[in-house]
Order: sequence, then structure tokens, then C-alpha cells
Amino acid sequence: MPVIVKPDKCTGCETCLDSCPFDAIEFKDGKAYINEYCNACMTCLPVCPEGAIIETEPGTRNMEHRQEIADYKDVLIFAEQREGKVASVSYELLGIGKKLSNELDTQLIAALLGAGEPEARELIKWGADKVLLCSDSGLERFNDDAYSGVLAQVINEYKPSIVLAGATPIGRSFIPRVAAKLRTGLTADCTSLEIDKETKNLLQIRPAFGGNIMATIVCPDYRPQMATVRPRVMKRGEYDENRRGEIVHVKVENPVSRTKVLEFVKEVSGISVNLHEADIIVAGGRGIGGEKGYKMLEEFAEALGGSVGASRAAVDEGWIPYSHQVGQTGKTVNPKVYIACGISGAVQHLVGMQSSDIIIAINKNPEAPIFNVATFGLVGDLFEIIPLLTKKIREAKGL
Amino acid sequence: MNIIVCIKQVPDTAEIRINPETNTLMREGVPSIINPFDLHAIEAGIRIREQLGGKVTVLTMGPPQAETSLREAVAMGADEAALLSDKAFAGSDTWATSYTLAQAIKKLGSDIVFCGKQAIDGDTAQVGPETAEFLDIPHISYVKKIEEVTDNTIRVQRLMDEGYDIVESSLPVLLTVVRELNQPRMPSLKGKMAAKKAEIKKMGITDIEADENSLGLKGSPTQVRKIFAPEIKAERKMIEGTPEEQVDNLIKELREIKCL
Ligand SMILES: Cc1cc2nc3c(=O)[nH]c(=O)nc-3n(C[C@H](O)[C@H](O)[C@H](O)COP(=O)(O)OP(=O)(O)OC[C@H]3O[C@@H](n4cnc5c(N)ncnc54)[C@H](O)[C@@H]3O)c2cc1C
Ligand SMILES: Nc1ncnc2c1ncn2[C@@H]1O[C@H](COP(=O)(O)O)[C@@H](O)[C@H]1O
Repeated sequence: MPVIVKPDKCTGCETCLDSCPFDAIEFKDGKAYINEYCNACMTCLPVCPEGAIIETEPGTRNMEHRQEIADYKDVLIFAEQREGKVASVSYELLGIGKKLSNELDTQLIAALLGAGEPEARELIKWGADKVLLCSDSGLERFNDDAYSGVLAQVINEYKPSIVLAGATPIGRSFIPRVAAKLRTGLTADCTSLEIDKETKNLLQIRPAFGGNIMATIVCPDYRPQMATVRPRVMKRGEYDENRRGEIVHVKVENPVSRTKVLEFVKEVSGISVNLHEADIIVAGGRGIGGEKGYKMLEEFAEALGGSVGASRAAVDEGWIPYSHQVGQTGKTVNPKVYIACGISGAVQHLVGMQSSDIIIAINKNPEAPIFNVATFGLVGDLFEIIPLLTKKIREAKGL
Repeated sequence: MNIIVCIKQVPDTAEIRINPETNTLMREGVPSIINPFDLHAIEAGIRIREQLGGKVTVLTMGPPQAETSLREAVAMGADEAALLSDKAFAGSDTWATSYTLAQAIKKLGSDIVFCGKQAIDGDTAQVGPETAEFLDIPHISYVKKIEEVTDNTIRVQRLMDEGYDIVESSLPVLLTVVRELNQPRMPSLKGKMAAKKAEIKKMGITDIEADENSLGLKGSPTQVRKIFAPEIKAERKMIEGTPEEQVDNLIKELREIKCL
């Protein structure tokens, strides 16, 4: 164990017991000991009045990288594009990136792969001081090998202190390879990023254990500090038509790849499944009753201009494809408005949607846990409410 | 075909409660399960073996009691099981976990490595791709369908935001899988018997020729600084009345928030 209790010093006072976030402290024969759930978070160390809890090898962390840390300065964001169009999360990264780079008094750099100068100029207007542009045609389509190779190359050359990417299917797939190559830490799916006032380290805040707890993660001894950021959580920065910045063309030697994308197949269901970027999501659960219910939901979503989501129960019933599933084993979404129809609100569903700005729940059971996270709750039969709602929304919009 | 499936024993998060006074996890009595995504990975491995021959080895890094998860995998139909357990591995973040798994996989030898998309305790989805990098082999994430496997290539469907990619790779390769891929089988009676008798290969620091500075807490670039409870949502407003009234009032609220 990285943390141990010195039995001769432990008085068995149990003061430490409640300090452990992981339930890793146990008492046996009046003495504390640390079990295998220990995550080495060191929370208990200062709590012990006797100083009996110690790090087994204090100070033996890898420190040889320490002196190089000073060489790493800027904030770099990976600007994701799909089919030549810059993904919305990239602008959000520029928003938070600007905030961090201002605090650190450094530059904000964007790395853009497989797109052209017009897209690069947009990134500058949204806040980038410099865009590293790699227009190689081999990078137009996402590819893990090629993308991770190029990004690692530019990070080695430009030495940013912080690297951010979207926690999208693309970002979450290839960024870990970059971190492994660079021998540095990576924090997944952050919902908040701050600079520690004292150390200037990046505080990376993220949910864990199915959203039951939040954790603050740091990467003090290695650079860059890397994080993926959940889409739709960070605000975009200011758009300035007249902002000037530098575009640097990056040369790569033939990006090689051992995998090959043969084809992209758009999901056939007529409704949009781009839940990550939707402003409004209308989601149906078991209460929706079947495919017919989903037709009703689709019409509702269409009237509102939203996308359709689902609970696992509805997916398991085969009423709607898995790509629509929201929750722990599905997608994590952050729309402005999430309308849960006939969804009970199991914790595994809640973790995928509870950070939505506004949650509206329609359920016939007033005790359904979904109402605990709802901004607005309607107790009633969705087969009555939804058609009426759809009709009135259409009228209101003049459709 | 040598297939390795990386599985993780995790607490069933559905059962986890937070102690509201201390903001800590209450693990007591919480059952340990095989990470749900990993069950699909095991199933995928078994199906490929059934088609092409070879063997499926399940691999886990964890405390000694993770052995029960390995036995469950054998009951499903895995041929061999290896447990990576050593004090030196404690406190590993995803970097150190991936490094350690990769060292073990190099020893065991593999044509296809399967991982779950993510583990439900940490939810990082990083161990798969990082392990592939340490092995210096390609990887494909979010595999939702395996279209074709031959002795040296594989073609799969990879889930993306608005559909899926059809991706081809040479072997060896690492795949991370989503739930849509298959329906994991239940253990058979024969499997359960095999699980009881199965010999679990134990691997420690000396068996994987690892660099000590890359292991456990010492080798982990990230550290957990603080754990706290998530904020609870603001007040909720119930909209009452007849369905007609409810709808009218909701429309008013939707206007208010500029959703209409
Ligand atoms: C490891 C694991 C991972 C999981 N991952 C996910 C996940 O990613 N996403 C997810 O969603 N779930 C997930 N689950 C499943 C989760 O625990 C629940 O089983 C699931 O979310 C329930 O779906 P539901 O709310 O649609 O169904 P139910 O719980 O059956 O609820 C249906 C609701 O509809 C209401 N209703 C019925 N008829 C009507 C009507 N006519 N009008 C109005 N209301 C009506 C009922 O009152 C009820 O509240 C996971 C479970 C496990 C163990
Ligand atoms: N300790 C471990 N032992 C074996 N496999 C693991 C371990 N941790 C993670 N994995 C594998 O990596 C996947 C992703 O885990 P994570 O990156 O922690 O979300 C899991 O579904 C497992 O297949």
C-alpha cells in the first residue's frame, strides 16, 4: 500500500475513519489499517492527530522531470473537425482555454488537423493566438494512429503546459495514446478546470463512480497536463471578427496508419442522434410503451427542434437503437433542455443527463426519482400530455 | 488465435451510496461485479475462438479477491485466467495501469486484445487506447459489430456520433467494445465446474519485467487531490392541473426560458 498506518503510533481514536472517501480505512484490534480500496489520495494523512498515517515512500515520486516543467508554457487545444466542419466543442475549448491562458499569462494555441485556412481563421476569431494547421489530406478523416502521431509531434515541438481536447468519441479515442506516448497524465471527461493559485497547476474536476462523487485531479510532476473536457459544459469565448493571430503550417512526414476507415454510415433512423450537440433532447423510457410511442416522441422532438434520447430500458426493448441511449452505459449529454418522458430516473440514467440546464419530467408516478432532479415536473399520462403539447407547440410556432 | 480480454472488478455503482455527513463512499455491503462492458468483451472473445479456434485468456490487475471475477469469466467460457497482483501496483492511475497491463500482455502474447469501452467506477475509457500505445499496436474504440475476422485482419463497425465507421485493421489489434456488440452468455454448468478447478496464473512485478518507476503510485502522473459530493439541483417546480392546464403552463415556462 502506498499509505500505511504505523501501529505503534495509532491510538485507535478513529478520527481518520470518516476522512477516507473510499472507505479504505478499517479498524482491527483497536488499530487502523489501510485496505486495498486505498486510492492514495492522501486525504487522511493530515487528519491523524498522532501523525500515524504515512506515505510508505514519501518523496520517491518521479521527480526527474521537475526541472523541465518550466519549459512548458502555453495552453493548447485540439480543434476537432468532422467532414471539414469544426466541431462545436472546439469553440468551447477555446473559451475555457482563453480563461486559463489569461490566468497563466501565456498564449492560446489551437491544433487543427485535416482542415484548411478558413477554418483556422475562425479559430483565431474565437480566441486562438496561434493555429497549428496540418492540412495533409490523410488527416481529413479521423484516424487514431495518424492523429496521435501528429499531435504528439506538435506537443513535443511547442511544449504547451496544458493540452485540452473534447471528450467526444474522437477525443476519447486517440488522446489517451498521445498521453501514453508523452509519458504524462490524462484526466477524462472534466466538467470544470481551474488554476491552483499557489502552484499554478491545473485543477481538473470530474465526476466518478457513476456521478456519485466529484474528484479533483492534478498532474504536478509531468507535462503537459492533459484533459478531455465534456462537450457543452464550457462556455464559448467572445467572437471578434477583427482578431489577428498567426497560422503556422505544420509539415508531417506521411502520417501512417495501421487502421483504415472504409466507409462512414449515417444511422438510418430519420431522427438526429447527435445528442452531444443538441440543445433540446426529448427522451423516452419504458413508459413510452413501444415503437408507436417513439413515433409520438419523434413528432414532439421535431416540433421543438430537438433530438431524441432514450433510457436503457427502451433500448433493451428494441424500440430505439443504442446510439440514442443516455446514461452510464450510453451517452452523457448536457443540453439546455432535457425532457424525460416515462423515465423513472434510475441513478444510471441520471448520471448521463443531470447536468442539463433545465430538466422537465413527465411521469405518471409522483414518486418517480426523476422528479428529484427535475426543474419542472408534470405528473400525468404522457399519452395525453405529449400529443397535446406537440399540437400547441406547432400552433405557437405557426407550423 | 490468441485472444486476451482485460477485465476489471468494480463495485456495483447502482448500489453505492454516499454518506451525507462525511461525503464519502459507503462501500460496505456493495457487491463486486465484472465491469458490465467487459462482459461483452469476454463474449466477443469467446465467439471469435468458437469460429477460428485458439484460446481466450482473461486478465485483470487488482487485489487478490479479483480472482472471483476471473473465475466468473472462466465459467462463461474463457480458457485461461491471469491475475496481476502486487503491492507495487497499488495506486495506479490509467497511465500506470495501462503500462502494467501491456507488460503482462507482452508476456502472454496476443493477436486480439479486448477491453470494455470504460470501467463504471472510474469512467475514463483511457486504459484501452493507452494499453494499445504501450503495446505499439493499433486500436479501434467503441466497436459495436465485428463484421469479419481472418488470421491477419479484422473489419468492425465503430460507433460515432451520428452513425458508425466501418474500420479495417491488421492484427494484432486492441478493440474496446460497447454494449450493442452482443448479448453476454450466462455461465453453463460445465463452465461453472471448470471455473472451480481453473488454475489462476498469478503475475507480480518480477513476472512482467516492468520498470519499477512506472508502476503504482510512483509511476502515476495524476493524483487525486480531493473528493467531494456533487451539487444537488435547484428547487423543482411541479406543474399541476388538468392535462390541458399542465400543457399551457409548461408552454409558458418554455417561452420564459426561450425554448420556444
Ligand atoms: C451497470 C448498469 C448500467 C446501466 N446503464 C444505464 C444507462 O446508461 N442508461 C439508462 O437509462 N439506464 C441504465 N441502466 C438501467 C437503469 O438501472 C434502469 O433500469 C433504467 O434506466 C430504467 O429505464 P426507464 O426509466 O425507462 O424504465 P422504468 O424504470 O421501468 O420506468 C418507466 C417509468 O415510466 C413511467 N410511466 C409508465 N407509463 C407511463 C405513462 N403512460 N405516462 C407517464 N409515465 C409513465 C413509470 O411511472 C416509470 O417511472 C443501467 C443499469 C446497470 C445495472
Ligand atoms: N485493473 C484493470 N485490469 C484489467 N483491465 C482493466 C483494468 N482497468 C481497466 N481495464 C480495462 O480497460 C477498460 C477501460 O477502463 P477505464 O479506462 O478505467 O474506464 C475496462 O473496461 C477494462 O477492459
